[in-house]
Amino acid sequence: MATVSERKKTRYIGKRTPKYDALERVTGQALFAADLHLPGMLHGKVLRSPHPHALIKRIDTRKAEALPGVKAVVTAADLPPPERAQGMLGGELLISIMDLRRLTIAHDKALFEGHAIAAVAATTPEVAEEALDLIQVDYEVLPPVENALEAMSPDAPLLQPDLYTKTLGEQPERPSNVATHSESSRGDLERGFAEADLVHETSYETKMVHQGYLEPTATVAHAQPDGRITLWTSTQGIFGIRRSLGHLLDLPLGKVNVIPTEIGGGFGGKIYAILEPLAALLSRKSGHPVKIVMSRAEVFRATGPASPTHITVKTGAKKDGRLTAAYVKLVMDAGAVPGAPIGGASLVCLAPYKLDHMKIEAYDVVTNKPRVQAYRAPGGTPAAFAVESHMDQVAERLGIDPLAFRMLNAVDEGDRMTDDRPYNRIGLKEVLRRVAKHPSWTSPLPPGPHRGRGLALGFWAGATLTSTAHVLVHADGTATLVSGQVDLTGTRTTMQQIVAEELQVPLESVSVRVGDTDSTPYTDLSAGSRTAYSFGAAVHNACQDVLAQLRVHAADHLTAQPEHVEYADGRFWLRDSPDQNVDLVTVARRSTFRATGPICGRGTVTRLQPAPQFAAHVADVEVDPDTGKVTILRYTAFQDVGRALNPTQVEGQVQGGAAQGIGWALTEYYHFEKGVMRNPTFLDYRMPTSLDLPMIDCELVEVPASDGPYGARGVGEVPIVPPAAALANAVYRAAGVRLHKLPMTPEEVFRARQATSAIG
Amino acid sequence: MTFVANFSDTTLRKAVRVVAKLPLSFTVNGEPRQVFVQPWQTLLEALRDELALTGTKEGCSNGNCGACTVLLDGRAIVACCMLALEAEGQDILTIEGLAKDGRLDPLQETFIEYGALQCGFCTPGFLLSARALLNTNPAPNEQEVRLAIAGNLCRCTGYDKIVRAIQAAVEREA
Repeated sequence: MATVSERKKTRYIGKRTPKYDALERVTGQALFAADLHLPGMLHGKVLRSPHPHALIKRIDTRKAEALPGVKAVVTAADLPPPERAQGMLGGELLISIMDLRRLTIAHDKALFEGHAIAAVAATTPEVAEEALDLIQVDYEVLPPVENALEAMSPDAPLLQPDLYTKTLGEQPERPSNVATHSESSRGDLERGFAEADLVHETSYETKMVHQGYLEPTATVAHAQPDGRITLWTSTQGIFGIRRSLGHLLDLPLGKVNVIPTEIGGGFGGKIYAILEPLAALLSRKSGHPVKIVMSRAEVFRATGPASPTHITVKTGAKKDGRLTAAYVKLVMDAGAVPGAPIGGASLVCLAPYKLDHMKIEAYDVVTNKPRVQAYRAPGGTPAAFAVESHMDQVAERLGIDPLAFRMLNAVDEGDRMTDDRPYNRIGLKEVLRRVAKHPSWTSPLPPGPHRGRGLALGFWAGATLTSTAHVLVHADGTATLVSGQVDLTGTRTTMQQIVAEELQVPLESVSVRVGDTDSTPYTDLSAGSRTAYSFGAAVHNACQDVLAQLRVHAADHLTAQPEHVEYADGRFWLRDSPDQNVDLVTVARRSTFRATGPICGRGTVTRLQPAPQFAAHVADVEVDPDTGKVTILRYTAFQDVGRALNPTQVEGQVQGGAAQGIGWALTEYYHFEKGVMRNPTFLDYRMPTSLDLPMIDCELVEVPASDGPYGARGVGEVPIVPPAAALANAVYRAAGVRLHKLPMTPEEVFRARQATSAIG
Repeated sequence: MTFVANFSDTTLRKAVRVVAKLPLSFTVNGEPRQVFVQPWQTLLEALRDELALTGTKEGCSNGNCGACTVLLDGRAIVACCMLALEAEGQDILTIEGLAKDGRLDPLQETFIEYGALQCGFCTPGFLLSARALLNTNPAPNEQEVRLAIAGNLCRCTGYDKIVRAIQAAVEREA
């Protein structure tokens, strides 16, 4: 797409147009997967391993099959042979299809507590649950590998005897729990450290957390007699689900139709096929449609949370504050099969800092935990927690203001990302300048003891991938955008704005339809901060195609050449004689019933440049000296959004991401005991409530992206990156203790204060 | 770890699975309704499965998330933690009954205007908790608003726009 160099006056772009699908949501009409009911539908339930690590010696399903009301029981033996289960699946994190097959249902080994062992379809959920109890499984319990550091030790039990570390160096001779060891480096690290006046090294740890979407994972599958499978499912990407089903069930892509239901939150956690293959197998075996809805405990145990991490940061700096070298070691726990977000964490960790000498080492390690999925800027929050906490300490040791320190070392256009790609236009310095002038940074803390202010930066590169859209113009001049792009929280709204803007028609004339995999061309998933950016570009292009087609029809009507025809506000005219004109409705009607047929504009993009996103968060906190509880007094999120296509929607993304980051920072974690999760409820896994959060102020900075529609950047992910570090930095100033572990629960803060005798 | 009463508990259900259904008469969204339910079925299940009122959502099944909030005689309750038969003779308002005579409740209007919803899964519960608040306190301050919705989890919005939308509805109703 053409670079948007100057900001055009717009009618709908940048406006707070109401959410396209809001009415159905405030009236209870929006249909989610669990709301569906099909004739003859059965209810599926999944038997899950109570052991985090165990060999499966035998499964006996006969008693379950004999229970009245049970229509099908499936185990790994019901999966087709794995001949077609080759290759890798994308998404935000990679997964091999063989590993996905292993995760779908345990074969000979249960790899985590909650791993599916068998599934039942019955006439009621209660009968299905009773049948689960009748399935006899003989396990040989193995010692669980509980965390990544333990998994890396040479005498740790191996999860997979056929897993060898992928590395750039020599091929390993022995299998290992380390799936990948990656390195990215620039310059000469030793030289960089030798040039430093100060070398500082710190280590950090973060726990497993969950995306916490409110809608439990749910799916409905219907296997037709001709072998086709239809799925209604809660997913971020229908084409990824189709491909997974094709591989796992040995079906051509055209035989699987995936219909997206409304999705009650995903945040990266609804990308892989988890329930879909089981529901499809049950439907195939029973001949009935089958619905499976997870319980909340199953969601925690068996969907795919975010990776726990161990991170070490070492930097060198001159007395004046300039960084001379940085080394980051990322150990990331993938759970049961490989695929921790080492790529995202490697990109985020040093992104804001200009460094001639740096090295990042990352380890993707398997353990007996649920296999992780993406969680909003996957890998970014732990990486920024480590590096942004560390940089705060460096600034303090050098006696430099934390904002000035970051400004001094900030990257600019032409500097390089950690993977050596050059930055195109970015807004980091503009964000920092905005912070420097803003009252959230310049005004003194409200008076009171044990209060402090913290600052941290965040980065996300943003995915682009493939996006496709069609815009249909109807005989009355109204238009419908049709695509297979799942709308997580605002895609329909923003795309309606783009179509109305480009076609210069009223907003109400534009409908937006999310189709299924049978009736829409391939488009990639809604994730990676790519949807508004990359799909928006496809929609923009589809509109240009529509206008080009309409122009030909209008020219025909006006007996002129298309290049002489102008268009604005629903009317075509001849450039040299404006009184010769025709309106859009006439052209649309004429094209539909006569001439060359109806108008259908197509837009596809596959190779947009990245539009990197930077954010800075400022938090004021108060720490209760008696309990260690952290209360947030004020929270401000600064973010370069390129261009806010719809400020209400953008603020919603920023506030929601910040809130999730705050939960990660202060209260949320999986409490494991010997590999068993002990807190799989919302009471014990503590997400922020309305009483835990202040208003979250948004300062949107608009430095236009080098590519894409209207200069917009992806906005959804970067807001979750800075909060943990911003709060850790604030807690340090409020309570005098530096927390190196998340979450910073009252207990942890209290103990840290005790340990440093800072109580008082 | 905390023990939570959980009516979807398998053991409880298996013990009484074969019991015949019992009649339940109650008022739902202003209309008298009669259905037959199992004694162990929750009000949430009666609404969703027997009356096909699927606007009331199930997010956790043990009262932690508030997605199944409905009004019982004007008071907000979590429908997953009440047995259906306990609603005998009671007056229930679900999200499907919040708009009256084709007119949206002011809360529904302000939720749309202020962008107080994203995925929308938790939205029916928030609207009903907020309705219950405004029924008894026509002029709540921010802290009272936050307290009234503290039993409803939202993972998309960070609550900011929800609180503002409720405050705006307060002004609209004044």
